Amino acid sequence: MPLIAIDGLRKSYGEHEVLKGIDIGVEKGEVIAIIGKSGSGKSTLLRCINGLETINGGSIAVDGAELAADEAHLRALRLKVGMIFQQFNLFPHKTAGQNVMLAQQVVNKTGKAEAEAMARKMLDRVGLGEKFDSYPDQLSGGQQQRVAIARALAMEPMALLCDEITSALDPELVGEVLQVVRGLAAEGMTLLMVTHEMAFARDVCSRVVFMHQGRVHETGRPEEVFANPQTPELQSFLGRSAA
Amino acid sequence: MTQFTLIDILRNLIFATQWTVILSLVSFAGGGLLGLVLLFMRIGKARLLPPVVKLYVEIFQGTPLLMQLFLAFFGLGLFGIDVPPWLAAAVALILWTAAFLAEIWRGCVEAVAKGQWEASASLGMSYLEQMRHVILPQALKVAIPPTVGFSVQVVKGTALTSIIGFTELSKAGTVLTNATFQPFTVYGLVALIYFALCFPLSQAARHLERKMNAAHRH
Repeated sequence: MPLIAIDGLRKSYGEHEVLKGIDIGVEKGEVIAIIGKSGSGKSTLLRCINGLETINGGSIAVDGAELAADEAHLRALRLKVGMIFQQFNLFPHKTAGQNVMLAQQVVNKTGKAEAEAMARKMLDRVGLGEKFDSYPDQLSGGQQQRVAIARALAMEPMALLCDEITSALDPELVGEVLQVVRGLAAEGMTLLMVTHEMAFARDVCSRVVFMHQGRVHETGRPEEVFANPQTPELQSFLGRSAA
Repeated sequence: MTQFTLIDILRNLIFATQWTVILSLVSFAGGGLLGLVLLFMRIGKARLLPPVVKLYVEIFQGTPLLMQLFLAFFGLGLFGIDVPPWLAAAVALILWTAAFLAEIWRGCVEAVAKGQWEASASLGMSYLEQMRHVILPQALKVAIPPTVGFSVQVVKGTALTSIIGFTELSKAGTVLTNATFQPFTVYGLVALIYFALCFPLSQAARHLERKMNAAHRH
C-alpha cells in the first residue's frame, strides 16, 4: 500500500473538468516532480491531496487517512501531509518562531516550551535559527519560504506537498530554498512537488509525472523522461521550457 | 419673559450634550456587540444565517435612519405598547449601528488574504482555530480605523432622535431657539459642540490609519 494513494481522482470547476481521472501511488521516501503547462491541473492535484479543494470523484488516502469533507477527516489527513505554497503564506502578525509554534500549540496542544524547542530546531534545520524573533516582513522571500518549510516540518508530516515554492522568488533566492528541499529529500522525506525547476527535478527527484489536459500523460524516472520523452506533448513541453 | 444670556444658553446645551454622549455610547457599545453577533452569523458556516444577516443589513442600510426611528417609536405604539422616546432612540440606533459595523467588519475579515486560510487549514487548524489565531487578529488591525471613523456617524445620527422627542443636544437647541429667538447663535453653538465631539474621533481614526499603515505587523 503506497503512502499516498490517489485513485480515479476527478475534479471540476463548474462545467470545466480539470482533473480527468488521476491514479498515482507515492511510496514512502519518493521525491516526485509534477511538471506540465499551466492549466494542466498540477496545482489542483496537489491542493486536492490535502483537501484544499473538494473532489468530484475518486479517492485519496494518505497512510490510510481518507479524504472526506468533514472537519475531523480533513484534520487527520492534514496532520499527515504538510503543504508549502508559492506565496509562502506566513502569518504576518507573528514572528518566524511563533509561525512555527502556532499549529503545534493549537492543533497538537503541545506545551509552549516544547513547541518553542521544536520551532528552534526546525528553524535551525532550514538555516534560520537566528531569525526566531523576526517578523515575516523583515525577511527576504527566500527566508520566508524557508520559515514556511520549518512551519510545515514542525508538525512532523509524513509527506510534504510543494506548490511551485520557488516561483515567487527572485532568481538569486531560489537556490537557498532548493538547498533545503534537497536536504529533506536526502533525509528520506516523501515529497510531491509541482515545479518549473527542470534541472532540480532531474537532479533530486526519483520520479517525474508529466500532466497534460487533466491527465497523467507520461511518467518515469527523470533520466528517462528528460532524455527520451515518449509523447509529442512532453517533447514539445520540454523543448519549450529548455528554450 | 426671562432673558437668556449666552452663558445660560451654553449651560443648557452642555447639559443636554450629556444625553447625546450617553446615547452615542449606548448605541456604539450595543451596536458593536450586536454587530459582532451578526458578523459571526454572516461569515459562519451555517447555511441559513448569512442570507438573513444580509437582508438585515440591506434593510438598515437601505432606509433612512429617521424612518427607522419613526418605526421604532410609532410602530410599537400601534400595538398598544407605549415606547418612551429614549427607548425607541436607543433601540433604533443600536440596530442601525450594528448593521453598519457588521458590514464594515465583514469587509475586514474578507480582506485577509485567502492564503492565510489555506496555510492555517493545511496545518490542521479547525475553522474556529483559524478564526481565533490567524484571521481575526489580522482583521482586527484593519478594522480599527474604519470603526473609530464610523463612531462619528453614530454621534451625528443621535441628532435625529430629537424628532421623536428625545431631549439631547439638537432638541435642546430647538427648545432654546423657541425661547430666545436667536437661532443662529443657538444652532451655531450646537454645531460647535457636535464638532468638538466628532473632531477628536475623526482625528483618532486618521491617526490610527496612519499608524496601521506604517507598521503592518504585531
